[in-house]
Parts: sequence; C-alpha cells; structure tokens
Amino acid sequence: MEEKEIFKEMIDILRLYAKDKEGLDKATMATHILDDLKVNSARLVDVIIKCEDVFGIAIEDDEADKIRTVGDAVALIGKKLA
Amino acid sequence: MKRRVVITGMGVAAPNAHGLEDFTAALRAGRSGIRHIKELEDLNFACQVGGIPENFEAVRRRYFDHEKLMSINDNIGYASVAAMDAWRDAGFDVPDGDSEDVDWDTGVILGSGIGGMDTIARTVVPMVNAGRVRRMGSRIVEQVMNSGTSARIAGLLALGNQVTSNSSACSTGNEAIIAALERIRAGAAERMLAGGSEGASPYIWSGFDAMRVICRKFNDDPERASRPLSASAAGFVPGAGGAVLVLEELETARRRGARIYAEVAGGAVNCGGQRRSGSMTAPNPEGVRRCIRQAVADAAISPRDVQAINGHLTATYADPVEVRNWAEALERTPADFPFINSTKSMIGHCLGAAGAIESVAVALQLHGGFLHPSVNSEDVHPEIEAYGDKIPREVLEMPELRVIAKAGFGFGDVNSCLIFKKWEDA
Repeated sequence: MEEKEIFKEMIDILRLYAKDKEGLDKATMATHILDDLKVNSARLVDVIIKCEDVFGIAIEDDEADKIRTVGDAVALIGKKLA
Repeated sequence: MKRRVVITGMGVAAPNAHGLEDFTAALRAGRSGIRHIKELEDLNFACQVGGIPENFEAVRRRYFDHEKLMSINDNIGYASVAAMDAWRDAGFDVPDGDSEDVDWDTGVILGSGIGGMDTIARTVVPMVNAGRVRRMGSRIVEQVMNSGTSARIAGLLALGNQVTSNSSACSTGNEAIIAALERIRAGAAERMLAGGSEGASPYIWSGFDAMRVICRKFNDDPERASRPLSASAAGFVPGAGGAVLVLEELETARRRGARIYAEVAGGAVNCGGQRRSGSMTAPNPEGVRRCIRQAVADAAISPRDVQAINGHLTATYADPVEVRNWAEALERTPADFPFINSTKSMIGHCLGAAGAIESVAVALQLHGGFLHPSVNSEDVHPEIEAYGDKIPREVLEMPELRVIAKAGFGFGDVNSCLIFKKWEDA
C-alpha cells in the first residue's frame, strides 16, 4: 500500500474521533493528532485498535506510545505492511 | 422560610411512550407498554414479558452522533435522551460542543438500580475471559461506572454544579429527586436535573426471575401481566427507561418566566432497618409509615390534604400491605381514603427509573388535572376490597386536584416518599 493511500485511510479513521473536522480536511503528515485535531487522548487506544483492524496489523503499546503526528502513524503502518 | 422548589421541565422515555405529550396520552388512555419479549423466551425465563421503550434505537440515532453513540449503552441512552428533552422543555438550549461555557448553578443527581449490566455482560465478561482486554477500547469504564449516566448528562449540557449518581434499588428515582430538592433548598444549587434510568437487559432481569418475583403467568397476554392491587397479581413485570425532572428554585424560575408543572413540596427517605418483618426484600411497615409521615411534615401539609396516591404498587403480595400503610400513615379509613393508582400497571416496574418516570406521571396529572387509570385492577385483592372505589379504572378528570403523594420502596428495606403540589401562583 502506498504512503498516500495509508494517509487517506488514516484520515478516515481519525474522522470518527477528531473534534476539529476542519483541521482534518487540511491535515498533513505533520499534523499533531491530539493538539491539532483535538482528539481526546483517552480515545487514542480506539484509534490504534481501528488501525489494527483496517490494515490487518498488530501495533505494540510501545510503538503506539511514540505516535504523535499523522505522519508517525502512517510511517509505522507503512513499515508494518512492507 | 424554606426555599421553594418547582418542576420547570421534564423528559421521559417509558415503555408506553417517549416524550411528555405521548406519555400524557398514554396515561390518560391506560395504554400498556408491556410486550412479549422473544429474547426472554429463548433464554428460558419464566417471565417472558417486559416493558421496553419502543423503537428507541431510532430515537438514540436522532439525538447522538456516531462518536457519542459508541459510549452510550442502553441505560445511559434512556437517561441522556430524557435529560436533553427535560432541558429543552425547561426552556434551555442544548449547548453545542464548541462552546466553553459552563453552567455552575445547575447539577445532576440521577441514578440506576443496577446500571450498565448490558456492557458488562456483552463486552467486559466475554472479552476478559477470552484474554482480549487489550481490544476492549476506551469506552468501558464510562459506561459501567455507577455515575455513567450523570457524567454523560453533565457533558452534554455543560453542567458545573454537583454531578452524581445515587442508588437505592427501586427507590433510586425518588431518592434522586429528594436529594436534588435538599440541595436547592440548602442554597447550593439553583437548578438540578433529577431522575433515574435502567436498561432493558435479560442480565438485569435474570436475578429477579431466579427469585420468582416477576410475573410468569401472563406470557400469552402481556398487556394484562402487570396487575397492581389485583387479586390475580402474579409478580411484577420488569421494565426499562428513564426520566428526568428539572427542579428549580422558585424565584429563579419566576425571574426567567419558566412554565411550572408542580411544586415539589416535600420529601423523605429512610430505612426500616430490616427488622419487625422488614428484611432485605420486604419493608418494615413502621419504616414505610414513618417515611410517609415525615414527607407530609416536610411539605408542611396535613395528612388530610393528600387527595391522591401514586403508590409503589408493583403487583406482588406487598400491595395490600402498602395500602394499609398509607391508610394508617394518612389517618384514613377506606371511606375517606385518597384515590390511589399505579403507573406500573401500564409500564411495569422500571427499577431505578421507576420513581422518576412515575414522578413525571404525577406532575403531569397535577398539571393537567386528571388521574390516570390503574389498569388490570378490576378484581381488587380481597384484603383491600373496601378501597376498591378509590382505584380509578378510567381516567378521572379532577381539576380540583392539589396534592399527590408518591412513594417508592426498594431492596434493603429503603423507603422514599414525595409530596407534589399543583402549582398555583400565590
């Protein structure tokens, strides 16, 4: 799966949780998931579970802890799918 | 002089109606919300009837977006819908999620008897047992914590006063109203949302079925199953739903020109101590009578002023005992006994929601000047035959209605009694 496709899927996943829907439309790889998109930090575990289901991968807690930006998530998922 | 407390908004999700207009029509018509429940039959329950708010999945979808729905189980759904309805009915807007304003003068006291059992049974237990805790997601705690309902409502309405959930079994709804009354009287809040809710779940009802206290003799005739005051009463019919009353300090309500349904004139809670024939599951009659008398005293009325009673009256052996307790506490004989009805005859016993839904029924009756029929009571229990004329079988138009007493009793031998007065601006 290409990075662009992963990015698009990731934005769709975040759409369920982002309070700032406009920020989502303008999101780039550098967009911060909590600060910029106003995702409730308690819901990050749900984002991770959704990613595991959508991409058919397993994400360890330590790996999840390092995700800050949309780009961090896309890179991790890309690596898992490679 | 005590600060006076009035009801300025109400919301209800009951087995026979959603919303005040529909509920009023149901009460007047004696419309039953009791249905055959296929799931109970499939699971070999002895009782296969129940009262569940109808088409509620569609209602929930109208009120909440996808993100919120994932955190709103059955119990929280009834409570939240009723709270939003009550808030709008009181003349307020439901704030949008972007506003940062908090209403520091308004709080919530709303409880359940059992609570988020569907979440525990359908998600927590299977996933934990399968070793899949990691996959449960973030939404379990907020749905199973005892304060799940009040916490959700506080967020929906941006409320900043006390936000808590009480629990006293089938007395929960009444108890919440009394606690809210006391808080407003004490000057700690101007306005409180008070009420109760209970989910519809075989996991909640199973324990009652196992005790053989719910009705198993009318599975083929659900609308006749809930028979308070009747010789053929065969146990209570389990119900579900939620109701919220907006209680408000009188002057605050007046200043904003709020419509007033009724005054919450007084209330009392106590426990019979599980002595003198009281037990975990049965009330000590002296406790009941004291509770009624304390509520009457708190309302500063005479026992003679009570014109009607909305009883606890669940359709068990305890109904005749309750009637005699009312007679003794209010110093009445069968000849001058107040009218008495049971809202449960139409909706079953909604457990933690019962007192709240039935208190909404009381306020609607005072406001509308009528008494709803107590259905399925044609064959009055022989022990209370002398009171038979005091049970409305059809709706009674009663513009002269001024005072209704409402009681609720729960496991643990806990009691609650409320005195509601028609609002007359004087």
